[in-house]
Amino acid sequence: MISWLLVMPIAIPFATAVIAWLARMGPAGRWISLFGSVLSLVASLALLMAVLENGVVAAQMSNWDAPFGITLVADYLGVVMVVITAITGLATAIYALGEIPERMEKLGYHALFQTLIAGVTGAFLTGDLFNLYVWFEVMLISSFGLLVLGGSREQLDAGIKYVALNLVSTLVFLSGIGLLYGMTGTLNMADLRGAVAAVENQGLVTVVAMMFLVGFGVKAAVFPLFFWLPASYHTPSFAVSAVFAGLLTKVGVYAMMRMFTLVFTGDIGFTHELLIWVSLLTMFTGVVGAAAQMDFRKILSFHIISQIGYMTLGLALYTPLALMGGVFYLVHHIIVKANLFLVSGMANKLAGSTDLNRIGGLYKSSPFLAVLFVVPAFSLAGFPPLSGFWAKYLIVKASIELEMWFVAFVSLLVGLLTIYSMTKIWGMAFWKPHPDGIEPTPDRVPASVRLPMMIPIVGLAVMTVVIGFFPEPFVQFARVSAEQLLDPGAYVTAVLGEGAAAPAEPAAATDAEPVTEPASETGGQP
Amino acid sequence: MEALTALIVGLLVAGSVYLMLARSFMRFLFGLILLSNAANLVIFASGRMTPGAPALVPYGADAPAGVVGNALPQALVLTAIVIGFGLLAFTLALAFEAYRRLRTMDTDKMRLAEPKEDGK
Amino acid sequence: MNSIIFTAGARILVALLFVFSLFMLLRGHHLPGGGFIGGLLGAVAFIVYSLACGPAEAKAALRASPEGIAMVGLGIALLAGLVSFVFGDPLFTGQWYWVGGDSYETSIFSINSVLVFDIGVYLVVLGGILSLAFAFEEET
Repeated sequence: MISWLLVMPIAIPFATAVIAWLARMGPAGRWISLFGSVLSLVASLALLMAVLENGVVAAQMSNWDAPFGITLVADYLGVVMVVITAITGLATAIYALGEIPERMEKLGYHALFQTLIAGVTGAFLTGDLFNLYVWFEVMLISSFGLLVLGGSREQLDAGIKYVALNLVSTLVFLSGIGLLYGMTGTLNMADLRGAVAAVENQGLVTVVAMMFLVGFGVKAAVFPLFFWLPASYHTPSFAVSAVFAGLLTKVGVYAMMRMFTLVFTGDIGFTHELLIWVSLLTMFTGVVGAAAQMDFRKILSFHIISQIGYMTLGLALYTPLALMGGVFYLVHHIIVKANLFLVSGMANKLAGSTDLNRIGGLYKSSPFLAVLFVVPAFSLAGFPPLSGFWAKYLIVKASIELEMWFVAFVSLLVGLLTIYSMTKIWGMAFWKPHPDGIEPTPDRVPASVRLPMMIPIVGLAVMTVVIGFFPEPFVQFARVSAEQLLDPGAYVTAVLGEGAAAPAEPAAATDAEPVTEPASETGGQP
Repeated sequence: MEALTALIVGLLVAGSVYLMLARSFMRFLFGLILLSNAANLVIFASGRMTPGAPALVPYGADAPAGVVGNALPQALVLTAIVIGFGLLAFTLALAFEAYRRLRTMDTDKMRLAEPKEDGK
Repeated sequence: MNSIIFTAGARILVALLFVFSLFMLLRGHHLPGGGFIGGLLGAVAFIVYSLACGPAEAKAALRASPEGIAMVGLGIALLAGLVSFVFGDPLFTGQWYWVGGDSYETSIFSINSVLVFDIGVYLVVLGGILSLAFAFEEET
């Protein structure tokens, strides 16, 4: 039964995509998509219950035993990402009711959107490295489609850059998989933990780890590999950019967290040290880039980059507290960033543009929207008592505990600069009068469009506030996730079964080579 | 055999980097194709180059007899080729559409989605 | 393309290719072949047809939109995976029913979820490749 709980969050979006595609010509498509998103949320909550009850759960697809078949695994980190994906998916599916025009629905918007959700969920649940690559591709191809859907000239321009750089990262990732398989003879992530530690030439492992770092780094948009993100995220429709902003880069961060706590832990002094500097530069360049922008969505895009730095920093510091902060940050940021993009879409509908020089007066005419902007914006900057405060607090505290003063200083400085950008948006879009003298009151948009666009914004803002005021259960959850990441014994046992698990240090899992294939006995001699 | 494959992979990557540094998007795309083939070769070589038979199990047996090639990388490389083919075909279609609409293949001139520069 | 020889020959070639693609699909699981290669051959058949008689006619011969075929194929493949739920097995576990025996050697033929999955793959590949091919042919 566990097996099907793991499958459902992936299978439901796929099924929804097929049905929504067949119904794309009529008005039914959007309701099917919405219904599918609700079902996905239910399924992922059921999975969450199962994980809370049993700890790490795993299932072997097609009855092929690990490490030969494809394993789906959900530990605390995996399952919380699945749930948050379903929440974001539902929020954007509701938003799309108001925003997505019929023309784009007929081109298959809902099918692509659901496929994207399926790909993201699959990436969070899989326990097999090559399968992760496949989910990345599912995600990538549907995001390509969504990015250029509608086909304005600007979108095509952005699409070229997005596609080009993401393909390069995919190929680097793929080569890394090939080399890793050549060294260890297995691709099951839990099995790799033992197999990688058993490799004689650890220097080579570090080289491969760097390839993974680059591959995931492009996806996660860390310094200096982030250029595709601000070049593309401001061009598609707002629902699409919200789901991109919320989820796509986080898949890269998640993959990094998974691989660099489970598999590549042999040379922490080098890999994680490097990651600290990468994170700091990511945080700083992102926030400085945002300061130079004058477009609502471009500012937000650069802030994605700077916030990604905090998450990778949580991984790089590699203490229980830091990882806990990283996990907390991951969840908090998906909610907040998706919400900010949704708000920018509403502002665009009301005031007519996302260029901050050409809009204004939103505070006076639509105070409710202004409040809904302030909540996620302040949360992003790290104001207490919103969710972002706790996320930043954990990271900064972790760096202070390690006596890395410079790291703590940069984290705080970036938080300060974030406030600068947010006040810029506030001042330009909400505070100053509209340059064309129009009053962007909510009535400018018909209620049938306004309502579905406002519901998810309100919902996500409420979630931010709730996490902010009652952080205790979420922090506890993040604590357990971090413990599981740092000591993946439970993960390995769940995947490989009792016998194969090496509690702390590997060496037991050397029977990784497929026994039925004599030729692979030469494995290990490159 | 491995040394030769490694050399070919190196040549492919070198060629692809050279092509990807060009300003024309078409050349970039050709570079990507070379890089994708290099990655596929890496996976293929990771299964070891053995002069073995195909990994087919005879009737009534549970395991193949004698030395057989490692079938897993072949399956992986097939998947990778298929996915790579799909992505590159999509990219080609995108490049073509972009050329039709933007009337350029020069990546330096693709600045529609970028911020306006002063004095231009 | 305005070559009479090609146009006349294409019709036979297309029919042969298409039959061969179905043969490959059904040969599937136990012998070299399967849905993927079958789908490729089927797509080649339609591409040859569209080269000979024009994309409009090839599309008419296909009857459905290629994207629709691919999506239906995805649905069929997914169903083939989900069917193992009824039998209490994990996703995509092959379900076999042997007619007239109890294994590959003794039975006449079998009804199984693997073939259904292969048919799904066949449709996905056919539809996917044709949608790309038609996109290119129309534009030029």
